[in-house]
Amino acid sequence: LRGWALAGLLCALRAGGTELTFELPDSHKQCFHQELERGVKFTLDYQVIAGGHYDVDCYVEDPSGRTIYKEAKKQYDSFPHRTETQGVYTFCFSNEFSTFSHKTVYFDFQVGDEPPILPDMSTRVTALTQMESACVTIHEALNAVIDSQTHYRLREAQDRSRAEDLNGRVSYWSVGETLILFVVSIGQVVLLKSFFTEKRPSSGSAGT
Amino acid sequence: LALYFHSGEREEKCIIEDVPSDTLVIGNYKVQRWDIHIQDFLESAPGLGMFVTVTAPSAEVLLSKLYGPQGTFSFTSYLSGEHIICLQSNSTRFVTFAGSNLRIHLDIRVGEHFLDESVLQAKDKVNEVKIRLEHLIEKVHHISKEQDYEREREEKFRKTSEETNSNILWWAIAQTLILISIGFWQIKSLRDFFISKKLV
Repeated sequence: LRGWALAGLLCALRAGGTELTFELPDSHKQCFHQELERGVKFTLDYQVIAGGHYDVDCYVEDPSGRTIYKEAKKQYDSFPHRTETQGVYTFCFSNEFSTFSHKTVYFDFQVGDEPPILPDMSTRVTALTQMESACVTIHEALNAVIDSQTHYRLREAQDRSRAEDLNGRVSYWSVGETLILFVVSIGQVVLLKSFFTEKRPSSGSAGT
Repeated sequence: LALYFHSGEREEKCIIEDVPSDTLVIGNYKVQRWDIHIQDFLESAPGLGMFVTVTAPSAEVLLSKLYGPQGTFSFTSYLSGEHIICLQSNSTRFVTFAGSNLRIHLDIRVGEHFLDESVLQAKDKVNEVKIRLEHLIEKVHHISKEQDYEREREEKFRKTSEETNSNILWWAIAQTLILISIGFWQIKSLRDFFISKKLV
């Protein structure tokens, strides 16, 4: 029996789900669909990693077309939901409010409850053995590691994107300002000199 | 293959995967085509294929192959960074009406080495546990690789921030010096000008 628990830990899968990162061009919308059973719990996490003001519109529809979640210009969010009907659920990301910045969006769509590490954990009458409780602890810890890694990876990607933007902007503005400085100061001197310069009479004009 | 999205006949849809080096990435897809007669997506579309292109962060193409309407592709990353996986159908049809014509089911797994289930049935319990332990050790190595990669990225991020900081400082000093020297030049130039015009 202990062997089963250990084997169970070692082959434990996460609940089914998909995570994708894609680029959403400006004035575009991208929709994803998934067929789900009734009474299934799903969670949609999304975050904008790069582009513009790092925000995106998102909405989720159930099979009957009713909107169960709708947010505008969000940077990141998490939406858990338990399905009430069976059918195809749709979630869409929209960048239609932006005219020139395309966004990089990450989303993670987790379906189903986490299966317990021990198949009969809920129906057992006796206490867990040391081995089994060690397995349960390790399983929970590893799941926490996955979540933590994803969270930090996305935060870091977003911050790095901002830092690179900032660096670029500082460089361009500095060069631009220096050029403007030269142009304006030389222009001032030339203009002043021109006020005090006599206009040379053009050849052929009648003088008085 | 649960998640799907729609795409135009000749449209290319791309997915970005940021992975550390020496990581196996496996993708499963299935594509269906809209049929006007039955007003639904065909269950299988013979003759329809998908070009799968994988571009490494160095802009080198790792994979560029034509697969059938349903397929599995995989690649191992040599460099750490953003790999771009693009799917485009080989359809030669012109778009007859607006809207999506293809339904693409997609599933991408990173860093997972699938257990060969048949191997597990073979031997006794001890062997099974041994194989599963090896699988687990591999997975923990993958966690370690991801953490190393994260450390690299954070270092790059820190460098960028420090570069920005010194950029700002250097340009501020340079602009102040330019401002002062141009001020001197302006006054000198105008003074010489007025003297030559006998106004002063």
